Amino acid sequence: MEQSWKQAKAVFAAALGPPLVWLVLFFLAPMAIVWAYSFGHNAGLTEIEITGTFHNYARAIEPLYLKIFLKSVWVAALTTALCLVAGFPVALAITFASDKTKAWLLLLVMLPFWTNLLIRTYALIAVLRTEGYVNQGLEWLWNGGSGLAALVGLQPLGDFQPLELLHNNFAVILGLVYVHLPFMVLPLYSALDRLDKSLLEASLDLGTGHLRTIFKVVVPLAIPGIASGVLITFIPALGAYLTPDLLGGPDSQMIANIIERQFKRANDWPFGAAMSFLLMYLTFIAIAIQAVLSKKTPEAKG
Amino acid sequence: MTKPIITFENVTKRFGKLAAVDNVSLTVNEGEFFALLGPSGCGKTTLLRMLAGFETPTEGRILIDGQDISNTPPNKRPVNMVFQSYAVFPHMTVADNVAYGLKVDRVPKADRDARVAEALELVQLGGLGERKPDQLSGGQRQRVALARALVKRPRVLLLDEPLSALDAKLREQMRTELCTLQEKVGITFIMVTHDQDEALALATRCAVMSKGVLQQVATPSDLYEFPNSRFVADFIGQVNLFEGVLAVDEPSHAVIKSPDLPVDIFLDHGVTGPRGGTAWAAIRPEKIELHKKEGDEPPNLGDCPKGFNAVAGVIKHEAYLGGSSTYEVEIAGGRRVKVQRSNLTRWDQEDFKLGETVWLCWHACSPAVLLS
Repeated sequence: MEQSWKQAKAVFAAALGPPLVWLVLFFLAPMAIVWAYSFGHNAGLTEIEITGTFHNYARAIEPLYLKIFLKSVWVAALTTALCLVAGFPVALAITFASDKTKAWLLLLVMLPFWTNLLIRTYALIAVLRTEGYVNQGLEWLWNGGSGLAALVGLQPLGDFQPLELLHNNFAVILGLVYVHLPFMVLPLYSALDRLDKSLLEASLDLGTGHLRTIFKVVVPLAIPGIASGVLITFIPALGAYLTPDLLGGPDSQMIANIIERQFKRANDWPFGAAMSFLLMYLTFIAIAIQAVLSKKTPEAKG
Repeated sequence: MTKPIITFENVTKRFGKLAAVDNVSLTVNEGEFFALLGPSGCGKTTLLRMLAGFETPTEGRILIDGQDISNTPPNKRPVNMVFQSYAVFPHMTVADNVAYGLKVDRVPKADRDARVAEALELVQLGGLGERKPDQLSGGQRQRVALARALVKRPRVLLLDEPLSALDAKLREQMRTELCTLQEKVGITFIMVTHDQDEALALATRCAVMSKGVLQQVATPSDLYEFPNSRFVADFIGQVNLFEGVLAVDEPSHAVIKSPDLPVDIFLDHGVTGPRGGTAWAAIRPEKIELHKKEGDEPPNLGDCPKGFNAVAGVIKHEAYLGGSSTYEVEIAGGRRVKVQRSNLTRWDQEDFKLGETVWLCWHACSPAVLLS
């Protein structure tokens, strides 16, 4: 397999042809159409006239929508940060687990991928709603505590007030972190697993404790893994649709929800298209930042 | 002068059922350059890692300066290690690497900078402090690892296969430098190596290990000249081993009869082994002399009665090594004997030809007698 494609053009063309045609027909062409729509306006119920106007883009950055854009970026950033904080110890634990345990832990991380997102989200609703498992559990503890207080002669605690855990920003963030955690853990794990373990031993040997070793040696050397983890968590979180739709309240709308509304209820495809492409440009910017950063950090060598 | 600094007391380390280190008791003295030598998987690295604190003994105790450190974590031990892969932190400059261990100890900055500069000077890396490790050669990276460990002024410096990753020329040079370095800093060095040449050249004392068990602890010359077992004799250098029976064992001399040799082996000293029991005579190739076969009278080196320690054979293989040549000589019965001969003049290599019949003979003091 040492040949380059230059030596076997026919074979290369035959291998590349079908997927290329597929991509052009079903990915690039529709994208181009939507992109063209973003420069047009509704000229009837189903007619769209492409006039080259920037009106849709101008509308998309009006304060009303800009606020939702910024909020989406904020929610995605917070989700990413929480995923990083929660995922780093998990990835670290998997890295240092025995080979047998490692396989099981990785399976546990990937298991949610094999379950439909809708089902997982409804399961979360069952956990969080007013009569959900969390509130049931809390109520049981509350009543138990209340009974105990009465037993030792104190005032009972009064009635249990269930926590409002659903249909608010908290639920959206929780759901997004839950859904995106594997996206963070897996790249982190692959970066940490490649780390030369004798570097950690050297750090301990030189008198450094475990925690300091993590911050002085492990984290700096895992920067490329952290960067890719952050990126592939942030991008899907930014475009999240189902989670804010099902778990969020009236003020938890994210860009994807607004875009969906333009294409469906508002029947304003040009505006929806413009916002879709703005979202995509945001994604490109995130990728570009990551590419620049990863060039600056030296790759960990053994 | 010989003050013990490290003591292993009946140390055993088991991984599952396998004993990587099996009941090892060993003392290393202050100021020694001590080598742990053995084939891969013999437990030498495990022993070193227990000393560094990366493994804990399953049984037994390890003492440093009389203090039990068996369960002390690595960051609380007065030892530092130079790793086989060097483990130089790739994201820090050379100076930051060396300063790393001092920062943890909260050494004041001025003092720290002075010590870092001094350590870099010591390993001849003065002026390279601002370089990143990927701008250094393998040999330079090793010096960084050395400086980083030495700057902590450890009681003992541990070296894990320090020269294995260097090319031959550099290895030679680093050997000398390690020796000089140790004399200069006066710290006890403990080195793990599978390379017997390295151990003989560097160490003041060596421990030979096999399958987790300590075989012999001795100076390099004692290991080579007075091995205590076939394993040690065979592992250190080249050897011709003749299995036989201890036929005569007097205070002044002994005789070993070997079925592999047409003559008996005469020794100029007593063995104090079981008379009639199995014994092995180990003769190093350079201790066997080659003589031209002129007539049927075997040569006699004058230290044994006639009829001993000389045998005729045919040269079946020769290898010219520059400073010396090695020959394989087939004797009656088909056994091949390895002989090494120094090329004292530029023409010596031409003295003996392939297929030539020669006499082999050796001094009565040359064979080492092994009872196990």
